[in-house]
Amino acid sequence: MKYNKVTDRDIEFLTGICGKEHVFTGSDIHEDFTHDEMTIYGKFSPEVVVEARSTEQVSDIMKYADSHNIPVTPRGSGTGLCGNAVALYGGILLSLAKMDKILEFDNDNFTTTVEPGVLLMTLAEEAINRGMMYPPDPGEKSATIGGNVMTNAGGMRAIKYGVTRDYVLGMTAVLISGEIINIGGKVVKNSSGYSIKDLLIGSEGTLAVITQLTLKLIPLPEESLSLLIPFDNLRQCFETVPKILQSRTYPTAIEFLQLQVIEAAEEYLGLHFPDKSAEAYILLTFDANSKQELTRIYQKAADVCLECGAKDVFISDTEERQTSIWKARGAFLEAIKTSTSEMDECDVVIPRTKLSPFMDHVDELEQKENLRIQSFGHAGDGNLHIYLCKDNIEDSVWKDKCEAAMNSLYEKSKELGGQISGEHGIGHAKNKFLKNSLGETTINLMHSIKRCFDPKELLNPGKIF
Amino acid sequence: MNIIVCIKQVPGTTQVEIDEETGVLKRDGISSKMNPYDLFAIETALKLKEQTGARVTVLTMGPSQAELIIKEAFMIGVDDGYILSDKRFAGSDVLATSYTLAGGISKIGSYDLIICGKQTTDGDTAQVGPAIAEHLNIPHVAWVSRIKEVNNQSIIVEQNMEYSFEVVRLPYPCLITIESNICTPRLPSYLNMLKTKDRPITNLSLMDLPDTSESNYGLKGSPTQVERIFKPEHNVEQVIIDCADTDGSQYAYELLKQWKFI
Repeated sequence: MKYNKVTDRDIEFLTGICGKEHVFTGSDIHEDFTHDEMTIYGKFSPEVVVEARSTEQVSDIMKYADSHNIPVTPRGSGTGLCGNAVALYGGILLSLAKMDKILEFDNDNFTTTVEPGVLLMTLAEEAINRGMMYPPDPGEKSATIGGNVMTNAGGMRAIKYGVTRDYVLGMTAVLISGEIINIGGKVVKNSSGYSIKDLLIGSEGTLAVITQLTLKLIPLPEESLSLLIPFDNLRQCFETVPKILQSRTYPTAIEFLQLQVIEAAEEYLGLHFPDKSAEAYILLTFDANSKQELTRIYQKAADVCLECGAKDVFISDTEERQTSIWKARGAFLEAIKTSTSEMDECDVVIPRTKLSPFMDHVDELEQKENLRIQSFGHAGDGNLHIYLCKDNIEDSVWKDKCEAAMNSLYEKSKELGGQISGEHGIGHAKNKFLKNSLGETTINLMHSIKRCFDPKELLNPGKIF
Repeated sequence: MNIIVCIKQVPGTTQVEIDEETGVLKRDGISSKMNPYDLFAIETALKLKEQTGARVTVLTMGPSQAELIIKEAFMIGVDDGYILSDKRFAGSDVLATSYTLAGGISKIGSYDLIICGKQTTDGDTAQVGPAIAEHLNIPHVAWVSRIKEVNNQSIIVEQNMEYSFEVVRLPYPCLITIESNICTPRLPSYLNMLKTKDRPITNLSLMDLPDTSESNYGLKGSPTQVERIFKPEHNVEQVIIDCADTDGSQYAYELLKQWKFI
């Protein structure tokens, strides 16, 4: 792909659109803009960072980039884990972080209309303050909603409420030509032709730039609690998951936790986890609209867990108790990151019934490659987060070890009927694995769609394919 | 060794309305929970139980619904529970509350160590614990941040004096109040709930106490008169220090000094 370099004239144009305080070049570009959360995938400097503040500005920038053959990489708060929002080919890094207004809460239609730069934590809190809930609950709360939509982020509540895709009703998007399209809206149903909205969700900024979103909300459940359930081993945890799902207790979250990761979180946070009597845990969350209903369902689930060999079932029913557990759970990624010099990540999703054989494979791999591997994830939906830790491994050996381990993990996932990514996306870090997993025909189909939206491949080039 | 832990049921939320006329918290219809500070007291007692084989009893004062926190204490690992429940206890201030609890402790009888949380999240006085000890005429230490040693005759504790720590040896019987966050309280166990669901809770009324004079309890025994309860104003002020041209840290230091934060 041959792109034009950004010139002084281009900078002048961009400054004219956005104002000089929103255009950064050279040493004024903060180092953070050269990477996302995973520096292992390299650092790439954009030629210019532009902070857009309106749909019209985005439109003008896109139209200009299109006519001048300059690549555009849209970016939220840069919390991605696959190099999704880094400017691989330089050009314009289009930051949407300043488009951070919540435009409306519609209490009758149960929707909210937001700009893409609104942070997940802000939206979640504002919805709760109005007695509503935005159900998607990805771990990284400082991610933007736009970023969540671009990766179709999942999170802890996917098992009951679904993922980001299930809550996007409509959007305003800007095509590379600068044309602005409005798709969907405050409608519950929509059978009006191809769902362009669903094509854009999860497209990682490769098809269009989203500048406004209409999201579905639900009434905030009155009550909730969590159960922390210790087991002798991870296999027992995984074997219990289908039984919990069959019990008709409808948990909102089914997470698995391993003692070694809990200990890493304790060290990272300087806090003590409320129980460390077991090697492995399931963490369940339930919500309901009355205490009686909540009690009925959690006790039913607790009985199922005890029948499946749980050592006990601990009840977390107050804010303080929830904090003591969920603060640690929320810090797992950062804790693992802090515990090692560098790490690589795998976000596979497999059928939940295959969790045990997959984790057995992870254990074998750890031995075979002599590599420390830490894992946690969403046992309820089969989405695992597996981290290869560099520790003291020499640089020359580390890359090869990573490569071999990643190939092995993705091969196993494919064998068990899994997919490359559950919620983090592909970026430029996982594209070769995607190709192996999906095969040529599907990848070609995706590429055709890409070219239909973006014939010159200017939008977030080098990602997904 | 016998340990008594005093616990209290408090509102489960900070969003509690206040009756403008009576100045009393509107507790009807709102959820309740065990005072979070008491969980540290129970955890301390249970750690001592593991160490010494002590028997741990909880005591609370309140309406019959307060039995819920005793059942919760059973789920956490406590052995016995007593509730001081009598309409004549209603409206108690620090003096009457501590006097009633001291009477309840006397009725329970044999005890070596009494443990309280450092304060409650509703009353917030942090005085009830030490006042119980005064009524019982036993030694006490507040703000205990660490149990250093325990033996058959005494306990050695570290007291947090904010700018220093004081190490104190207390002979039994004695009372301590426990700082928060010195440990992580264990969670209630569902297995314990199943095991203790039929465990009796002893109810104590005014007539069970050593002093049965009504004038020493409840509103009648409370010299404190609450004139008004109101929500404190909650202000968040932000100052943005743009340090592009100046030494921001020095400026921030001067500002904090001026505000007497440092």
